[in-house]
Amino acid sequence: MTTRWTRKDLLGLRELSADEINFVLETTDAFKQVGTREIKKVPALRGKTLVNFFVEPSTRTRTSFELAAFRLSADVINLSATASSLTKGETLKDTARNLEALHADILVLRHSSAGAPQFLANRLRASVINAGDGAHEHPTQALLDLYTIREKREKIGGLHVAIIGDILFSRVARSNIFGLVKLGARVTLVGPSTLVPREFEKLGVEVSHKIEDVLPQADVVNLLRIQHERQRREYFPGLGEYIRLFGLTKERAKLLKPDCLIMHPGPINRGVEIDSEVADGLQSVILDQVTNGLAVRMAVLYLCGGIST
Amino acid sequence: MSATIIRNGRLIDPANNRDEIADLVIVDGRIAEKSEIRNPKSEIDEIDAGNLIVCPGLIDMHVHLREPGFAHKETIESGARAAAAGGFTTIVCMPNTSPVPDNPSTIAWIKDRAAEAACVNVLPTGAISRNLAGEELAPIGSLAQAGVVAITDDGHCIQNHEVMRRAVEYARMVGLPLLDHCQDYNLAGNGVVNEGYWSTLLGLPGWPAASEEAIVMRNILLAELCDHHIHCQHLSTAGSVRLLREARARGVKISGEVCPHHVALTDEAIQNFDTNYKVNPPLRARTDVDALLEGIADGTLSILCSDHAPHATFEKEVEFDAAPFGIIGLETELGLFLDLLVHKHGKIDILRLIEMYTVEPARLLRINAGTLSIGAPADVTVIDPNLEWTVRVDKFESASRNSPFDGWKLKGRAVRTIVEGKTVWKL
Repeated sequence: MTTRWTRKDLLGLRELSADEINFVLETTDAFKQVGTREIKKVPALRGKTLVNFFVEPSTRTRTSFELAAFRLSADVINLSATASSLTKGETLKDTARNLEALHADILVLRHSSAGAPQFLANRLRASVINAGDGAHEHPTQALLDLYTIREKREKIGGLHVAIIGDILFSRVARSNIFGLVKLGARVTLVGPSTLVPREFEKLGVEVSHKIEDVLPQADVVNLLRIQHERQRREYFPGLGEYIRLFGLTKERAKLLKPDCLIMHPGPINRGVEIDSEVADGLQSVILDQVTNGLAVRMAVLYLCGGIST
Repeated sequence: MSATIIRNGRLIDPANNRDEIADLVIVDGRIAEKSEIRNPKSEIDEIDAGNLIVCPGLIDMHVHLREPGFAHKETIESGARAAAAGGFTTIVCMPNTSPVPDNPSTIAWIKDRAAEAACVNVLPTGAISRNLAGEELAPIGSLAQAGVVAITDDGHCIQNHEVMRRAVEYARMVGLPLLDHCQDYNLAGNGVVNEGYWSTLLGLPGWPAASEEAIVMRNILLAELCDHHIHCQHLSTAGSVRLLREARARGVKISGEVCPHHVALTDEAIQNFDTNYKVNPPLRARTDVDALLEGIADGTLSILCSDHAPHATFEKEVEFDAAPFGIIGLETELGLFLDLLVHKHGKIDILRLIEMYTVEPARLLRINAGTLSIGAPADVTVIDPNLEWTVRVDKFESASRNSPFDGWKLKGRAVRTIVEGKTVWKL
């Protein structure tokens, strides 16, 4: 294995150097190419066991990791919180140690608590891949976002990226911030003051509460899902007002530069954070993100899985 | 008749304005004059305290002993041993046990258990509200008769200001101080760490300084309204210090205490999600730590304590937001405060440090302790202020291990603890 990658775990982008991030993106190039072949499978992780351990529900990310593992020829077990002993009162540590006793090599963890992947990584020999922990990090999502920007614009440094929506509770936002700032992008966070507190400026980004000021300057807009399934009435008065102030409507989309990329980690609320036609428009790269997500996750599993051997 | 002479120590007794090299005489468990010794020379127990400090037994007025109900974390017996090992002869235990001591029989049980098993003095507190629910008053008069030294809902905070107001008025009648854990529940929400840079970076729910300060302000107003003492527990923020300083200058009956972790650490320590740094109130920012140090230096914060909060390792070894709050402190607090306040930052001298651990809590709680006056109970702590040592949690007397200070090198510690004339612990 190359000296450019020495980590058994991928916990977040805060701990990665710019060089490490670039190395994952370069590795992703090779795996993206695998997806275009007739035989979409390589033997890189043959004989290895991967456990998709999703303590918080997810379909998209879990499926992407599962498919990535299949394409690397790993054996995959899917475990959800309800199917595990966590519901019987077993601790996360004990559940994970049991999985390790079965010689799982890679543990992909989605968890509602920030820090849960690090907690396990400190205690297990197996590789731990963070598939989203609370409002902390979602590193593979940010890596696929970075990869998509790099693919479409051939660079990241110097670009102006606007991240719009519920930043405070977003792990996607935090991982994107860490990665984009390291690679030299200018980042502006946009959203209501309750969901985009000024404290974020200390992370090396700008904060704006006026979407019209930011859209004309942006090279990329990354829209985050507004979680209306969890009522956050203390944070903003309602979806109607959110759309009026921050929604990427058809009219507002006209403010964008013609080559500005529109991204969204999904699942989309059509008509809330983004108008349906904008989501399906020419500037949208939302489905490219999904395709690239698979290649990024193959690269991450390949790199970390190689170290844990 | 038993007699002990502690020879050649630097005798520091703030209650009597004494700081001199002298011998301390103990006869039958009480501080005595040399002339009271009737024993032949061979029967006198002699302790050499050359180069050591001999002071009144230290008091920690904020300790969780977990019994009854949570003996897997700590017992009255193990907590008392931890206290002795830390140099404490008197500890005040908090009421968040099961059952809650909101009734005289639970107080009686704690006192019986302490008499049976504890090697130091254990003074119980009673609950302010029934079952610590913050709704109805506990039988505060009966608790006073049962022998509590204060009332508190520690671990909880009465949110209804009217209920608190009546509690303060009622406690004034029976002469008990109130100790309050200052936390506005709405503002703190589900916060687990200080709201600020690190909570933003790590995506952990924040517990803002304003949540503590709102209740400190409330307590100042009620102490004034009811003309009775309220003591604010484990203060952690710059705003709390500022509020308290202003109120004390006006003569309001309000006081505050500080724990070692709130001055030894900042919220930066949580960055690896180690739950041994998870404590309530949370570790704060550098500016808060600096304000606490100033508050100690100018007397705004008058009492030092540990908020010794034991939890079993299996309880702490979980996801950060699921872990219980708390740090154990009895066996590290004196070393940390000596090291930080006296040696490193020079905020106070050792005389004031001893005063904050003896005279100040004794006066607040109206207890006969914290002095080396002739006739007082011979509770004595012997301190080596310059001894360099390393914290080893695996050597703790406490039943729990949840300390973030393992491996810390400190200067100064207790080397002998004497309760009623008997050495209950020595290094």
